[in-house]
Amino acid sequence: MYSKILILNFPAEITQKALVCQLTKKFDLLFNILRANISNKKEGYMVIEISSASKAAFNKGVTFLKDQGVTVSSPEHQIFKNEEICTHCGACTAICPTEALYIKRPEMEVIFDKDKCTVCELCIVTCPTRAMGLFTSDSQKVI
Amino acid sequence: MTDFKVNKTIEQINKKIASGDAVVVTAEEIIDIAGKLGVVEAAKKVDVVTTGTFAPMCSSGAFINIGQSRPSVRTTKTWLNNVQAYSGIAAVDCYIGATQTCDDDPLNKRHPGEFNYGGGHVIQDLVAGKQIHVRAESYGTDCYPNRKIEKMVTLKELPNAMMVNPRNCYQNYNCAINKSDKIIYTYMGTLKPGMRNANYCSAGELSPLLNDPYLKTIGVGTRIFLGGAQGYVTWTGTQHKKDVERGLNGVPLTPSGTLSVIGDLKQMSPEWLVGQSIRGYGVSLSVGLGIPIPILNEEILKYTSVSDDQLFTQIIDYGYDYPEGNSKSYGQVSYAELKSGFIMLKGKKIQTVPLSSMVKARKIADILKKSIQQSKFFIGQPQQTFY
Repeated sequence: MYSKILILNFPAEITQKALVCQLTKKFDLLFNILRANISNKKEGYMVIEISSASKAAFNKGVTFLKDQGVTVSSPEHQIFKNEEICTHCGACTAICPTEALYIKRPEMEVIFDKDKCTVCELCIVTCPTRAMGLFTSDSQKVI
Repeated sequence: MTDFKVNKTIEQINKKIASGDAVVVTAEEIIDIAGKLGVVEAAKKVDVVTTGTFAPMCSSGAFINIGQSRPSVRTTKTWLNNVQAYSGIAAVDCYIGATQTCDDDPLNKRHPGEFNYGGGHVIQDLVAGKQIHVRAESYGTDCYPNRKIEKMVTLKELPNAMMVNPRNCYQNYNCAINKSDKIIYTYMGTLKPGMRNANYCSAGELSPLLNDPYLKTIGVGTRIFLGGAQGYVTWTGTQHKKDVERGLNGVPLTPSGTLSVIGDLKQMSPEWLVGQSIRGYGVSLSVGLGIPIPILNEEILKYTSVSDDQLFTQIIDYGYDYPEGNSKSYGQVSYAELKSGFIMLKGKKIQTVPLSSMVKARKIADILKKSIQQSKFFIGQPQQTFY
C-alpha cells in the first residue's frame, strides 16, 4: 500500500467542481481528508492522505488533479523544526496526534518525523520556544 | 573528627582544581563509578560531581539600571519592549520579571492564549545583544524633573544588569495528569483529558538538588553555572521546604528544596536563558543551571550516585485537584519510569512528557566538568548552609 499526505490548493474558479471524489471513481484511490477549507468561488485548500495499491496509480491521480488546475504540494516540508531553537524539552510530544514528534531514548532528543506529520499545526502554538513553523518547501518562506 | 573514611575540604579540592589534578565526573557518570568501586573508593578517587538542569523557572528575572537621562528622572513605571518592569525602587532601577506579559497581549481572552512575548523573552533578547526599547514615566520631582523617557539600548550599553531569581532549581516536582473530561493548558504543559498524558519536569539523576538531598554542600556563596555564566546561591528560594517526606536514600518524594540565585546578566547567553510561551498559561524563562558538588566524604558521594530508578515523585491531578489547592497523590513513580515514555496508572498506560530538557542538562553538567578540569571554575565555600 502506497500512502502519502498532500496539500491541495484550489483556485477560486475550480472550487465548485467535484474533483477529489474522482480519485476514487476514476483511479481507484482511497482518500482521507485531514483538514480542509473550501468555499464556493473562493480559493481553498485541503490536506489529504491518498492511499493506493501502487505508486503508478497514485501518480495518475495526482496528475489528474494538476490537470484540473489544483496546485499539489507535499506537506512533508510544510511543518519545519528549527533545530537551532529547539531545546528538546518535549512539550510538543504531548499534543502531536501522530507521534511525528517523539523522543528518542536514551538520548532524550526530540525528533521530528516529517513523514508522519499531518500538518495539524498544534505543535506551532504549543512549542514554548517557537521552534516549529509553517514553511513552503522551496524557500522556507513563512506561508 | 568525623566517622568518614574519606575526608576532604573544599580548600583541598580547589587546590587540585588549580593544579589541574581534580577528578571531575557528571552525576550520570558517577552512578557507574560508584557501582564498580563502591562509595568509599569512588569518594577517594572523585573530587567533584557536576549536575545540570534546564527548564522553565518562573521565579526568575533581572534587576536593570536603565541609565540616567538629562534632565534626570526617577522612574515610576518602566517598560522594556512594552513589557512592564517593576520600578518601585531607586531612580532608574527596575526589575523585569520572567512571567510579565506584554502590555498589549490578548492573554487568555481567546483561550488558550499564545503568549508570544513577555519578560522571559526580554531577558533572552538582552543577552542575545538585541536592541531593547525602553520607555519610562515619572511624576517629576525637584531633583528628578523629567517625566518621560524613551530610548533604544543594548545590554552592553546598560550600566548594570544582574539576574536575581528568587526561586530556581526545584528539588523534585509533581508529575501532572488531567482527570477531567476537557483538555487543560497549564504551566505543566497541555494535559489531555482522561489522563492521556503525564507531564513531569525534572532532570532526575542529573538534577542539582536531587544529588545533594539535604543541601550539605550547597549554601550561601556556592558558585554555580547560571545562564551560561558563573553565578552564586544567595539563599534558599521561596517555598523552600526541608521537612518533607523522604525516601530511604534521603531524597524528597515531593517538591521541596529551592534556591535563590544571582549572577551577572552581562556574561550570560541566549543559549541558556530562553523565553517561553506556554500555551494558555503565560510567559516564562527557561534557565540553565548547574551545581558542582564537592565530594567531601563517602556520604556525599553516595548522595550523588543516585539513579533515576531511586528517585520518585507524586502523580497530581491538575484537572480538579490542583486548582482547588489539593495535592492528593494518585501514585508514586520513579524518574526511570517517567523517562521510559509511559507509566502505568490503575491499569492504564499513560504517555509521559518531559518539560525539562535532558539534552541541555547533560550539556550543562559537561560544560561544568570541563571548566573545572581546565581550572576555570572553582568550588565556592558556603558561608552558611540550610540543613
